[in-house]
Amino acid sequence: MATKILIPTPLRTYTAMQDTIEVEGSTVGELLSNMTSTYTELRKHLFTEEGKLRNFVNIYVNDDDIRYLDKEETPVSPDDTVSIVPSVAGGRS
Amino acid sequence: MRNDAIERPTSLSNDEVARYSRHLIMPEVGMAGQLKLRTARALCIGAGGLGSPVALYLAAAGVGRIGIADFDVVDYSNLQRQIIHGTPDVGRSKLESAKSRLNALNPEVEVVMHEMALSSENALHLFADYDMVIDGTDNFPTRYLVNDACVMSGKPNVYGSIFRFEGQASVFATRGGPCYRCMFPEPPPPGLVPSCAEGGVLGVLPGIVGTIQATEAIKLILGEGEPLIGRVLLVDALKMRFRELKVRQDPDCPVCGTQPTVTELIDYEQFCGITPTVTDEAASPESTDDVTVRELKSRLDRQDSFLLLDVREPQEFEICRIPGSVLIPLNELPARLSEIEGRDDMIVHCKSGVRSGKAVKLLHEAGYGQARNLKGGILAWIDEIDTSLPKY
Repeated sequence: MATKILIPTPLRTYTAMQDTIEVEGSTVGELLSNMTSTYTELRKHLFTEEGKLRNFVNIYVNDDDIRYLDKEETPVSPDDTVSIVPSVAGGRS
Repeated sequence: MRNDAIERPTSLSNDEVARYSRHLIMPEVGMAGQLKLRTARALCIGAGGLGSPVALYLAAAGVGRIGIADFDVVDYSNLQRQIIHGTPDVGRSKLESAKSRLNALNPEVEVVMHEMALSSENALHLFADYDMVIDGTDNFPTRYLVNDACVMSGKPNVYGSIFRFEGQASVFATRGGPCYRCMFPEPPPPGLVPSCAEGGVLGVLPGIVGTIQATEAIKLILGEGEPLIGRVLLVDALKMRFRELKVRQDPDCPVCGTQPTVTELIDYEQFCGITPTVTDEAASPESTDDVTVRELKSRLDRQDSFLLLDVREPQEFEICRIPGSVLIPLNELPARLSEIEGRDDMIVHCKSGVRSGKAVKLLHEAGYGQARNLKGGILAWIDEIDTSLPKY
């Protein structure tokens, strides 16, 4: 069974404009790795060249930041929703 | 130096009672709450998309002093969303325009104009005169600056941010609550996240997010309800879905953590990876090899054989185009290189030169060594060659 990942607007360019992607995996790390093997362009936006999750990319399992769970080892089930939440800056101009 | 505090009134005039009657009859506001609003001092950073509804609703609610920091003039392209300004205000300073609108809406409130770009030198001094700061800026360096200055001066940071159809809102830097850096410890590298000017924004979205910020500001003043502290609200206007995520205070936060390492305001441009020499939109690593619009015009007039490649989005191509150009959006370029096979002599353009700079780099790496960037993009073409085309 697959888990849902919600893709924010700025990254949809790299997911063929899909806002939700269903991926197999039992941890957040597995989900992201499976997702970026399909959507390869997404990889460099989420991970550094050394394969570390970028610091400005926030990943949530349901409403919790994985930095306060088990980071990429955080277990997921098909009932969970994983969100990628980017920094956005717009507002004045 | 202006007197910092607002004189504490003990009652409202008959006119004020009439104006605020819908507040006064609610137990959550009442006379005491309305007097709190009247003595409150809120600072809006930016009089744009978010600042417009924020300032309008705070003025309507009777917030005693509303400061606005901005340095821009009203442009036609602002009016689709910056509802504090009107068509007759185009070309006028945003501060002047906002002040006259707010004065007309509610002459009881004091509007203070701060014509300045917020900086590490002036932020703490400016914030000292206010009880809270409402962040309606449009770039990462200013957002980190607003946040850090709020933490250091102990003022809540009423945060809102928008992109296309999506928005975020929260209340940061309250006592015991997380700050913006707890949620976003590091900014993305420049160029990775497009701005509203590049990516567009649904005009009504800042209305949604800005009114949420105004609501939170008013709740903080009243001390009522549950503010968005430790939570970020995500708004997706396209699906019309509101979601909420937890934001925890990070004990290792360099600004609000237990052992802060950033104890004074820093160089935020540098922190965000912006070096002074490339802040100009048109600047790109290939700038010495850029083609000017005049050079392009004479090559087109000579009917030279070369490819004019437009890497903007189809929606932009529909607004205006340079005759003879071929459209391949930047993000599709890697997959569509076969369409330009053998066309080595190439001039690449976008709106202002940033995306085409990236495209040229990509083309050089793919073996198209002669690809050159059009300096200033189609905007320069419109300014210097064909003024009949619409600018966007």
